[in-house]
Amino acid sequence: MRERRLAAGIAQADLARAVGISASYLNLIEHNRRRISDAILGRLATGLGVEPALLAEGAEGGAAQDMRAAALLGLGSKPELDRIDELLGRFPGWADLLAEQYRRIGHLERMVAALNDRISHDPHLSLALHEVLSAVSSVRSTAAILAETEDIEPEWRARFHGNLHADSERLAVGAEALVAYLDGSEQAADTGATAPQEELESWLAENHWHFDALELGGGGPQALAADIAALASAAARSLAQDWVEQAAQDAKRLPLAAFEAALAQDAQGDPLRLARRFGCDVLAVFRRLAFRKGATDGLVMCDGSGALLVCKRVEGFSVPRHGAACPLWPLYSALSRPSQPVAALVEMPGMVPQQFFLRAFCAATYPQGIAGPELRTGAMLISKRGPAAGGSEAGAALPVGSTCRICPRAGCIARREPSIIPQTA
Amino acid sequence: MGRHVLLIEDEPNIAEAIRFILNRDGWQVSTHANGADAVAQVNRLRPDVLILDVMLPGQSGYDILGQLRQLPECAALPVLMLTAKSQGRDRDAAQQFGADMFITKPFSNADILAAVRSLAQGESGDAGKVAE
Repeated sequence: MRERRLAAGIAQADLARAVGISASYLNLIEHNRRRISDAILGRLATGLGVEPALLAEGAEGGAAQDMRAAALLGLGSKPELDRIDELLGRFPGWADLLAEQYRRIGHLERMVAALNDRISHDPHLSLALHEVLSAVSSVRSTAAILAETEDIEPEWRARFHGNLHADSERLAVGAEALVAYLDGSEQAADTGATAPQEELESWLAENHWHFDALELGGGGPQALAADIAALASAAARSLAQDWVEQAAQDAKRLPLAAFEAALAQDAQGDPLRLARRFGCDVLAVFRRLAFRKGATDGLVMCDGSGALLVCKRVEGFSVPRHGAACPLWPLYSALSRPSQPVAALVEMPGMVPQQFFLRAFCAATYPQGIAGPELRTGAMLISKRGPAAGGSEAGAALPVGSTCRICPRAGCIARREPSIIPQTA
Repeated sequence: MGRHVLLIEDEPNIAEAIRFILNRDGWQVSTHANGADAVAQVNRLRPDVLILDVMLPGQSGYDILGQLRQLPECAALPVLMLTAKSQGRDRDAAQQFGADMFITKPFSNADILAAVRSLAQGESGDAGKVAE
């Protein structure tokens, strides 16, 4: 609906006035945040000069919506947005193909980001590759000596045969571990090739980052003992145990019913106000906001070095698996000034740039008292705001990225290394 | 130019193969497997050519090379670096730290031999002579 209005050159306020609703209400409809009655749909269609069915189709999403998004993306060409309905009607097969390709590009873009992250920064992969390369080097060199040295002494020959055998065994084990790791299979975990944090997050994601057993009246962490024991690596089991104990404590300090009731009264879900109300620390509220049942917000937590500890991902907000994230994230501003909240509307690059509202906070603790070192923990809530709007809204959002290596933003003041993908303004 | 090569490589079978190849070509080869005391070892043995692996326990080959180039007596020592082919940045780093040549793993024996021979003949310090 928004795209049709923009294509027709009609201001939001003008269309709202013509239809008899407020501009803010129309804005909510355009961002899919309000359901729309048949009567208003009909009046909006009249105002835009299109059939109501076409607007309803757009609201339903699917191929038509993806095709429009692909058209808006442009990629250097200038598709005729005003003739999009004609294309949809006359060539539905081509329209489906276009939409399918748009979705496929998005999928590949995310895959490239994940693979690049893994290849560039994953110490497990780097070591696994080094192991294989070393074995291959040794095999190649030794085999060449045996094949090309005609007058080799018997004791040297025997020695090199032994080396060759040992290296081929080592190569087989290394290659198997590498394949398993790249497959992301369970076997990778057995060989220690999957990072424990990755394994933990995968388990939490499967459970939608929430366990009823950890709420008041549930079985507590004990109820999840079997699940945790089923995790492949000891390190992941240890991380999972810490996570469930923390979640159980949060549930005790912020009982679900009371927390939901407080949220209902505080539409913005302000973590500082909620922390004051419940008399608990702000980071507990951050976790509760992100990990309560059905929560759509993401959460990133890091330690004082910036290393990411927990990451509940949100589609469109790409978080590198192995640190080295965008230094413009409010998370890092917060990390440098404990107890001072930082909030920002940001825009992530992508086929369709997405906006997110980010709220960050850092807590400092002194486990060994005043003479001991300060430990800092940073947290950042990620709330999706949807596709970036044009005009003044776009200007208000801070352009950020995932990690420099795959960030297309040219001239970024915070860039620390060149990007491997084409730069855009 | 003498015929003494110091090989700093922590993989024993690779070190053994390289030593065999060079011995057969008339080189005296010393080997060392640890990065931590590698600079001291170079100073002690004063080789004519140094073959240096990048990934070593204790200290990386780059760090070792960086320290050697700071020492007047080692500033001109011909150095051949062994790098992993998958790590493209290794090549830039090898040149940046002052390697005369580098060879990527897995290498051929003929390449190693040719590189050591040319370094011994003084064909060093030219980025264009870096072996692939």
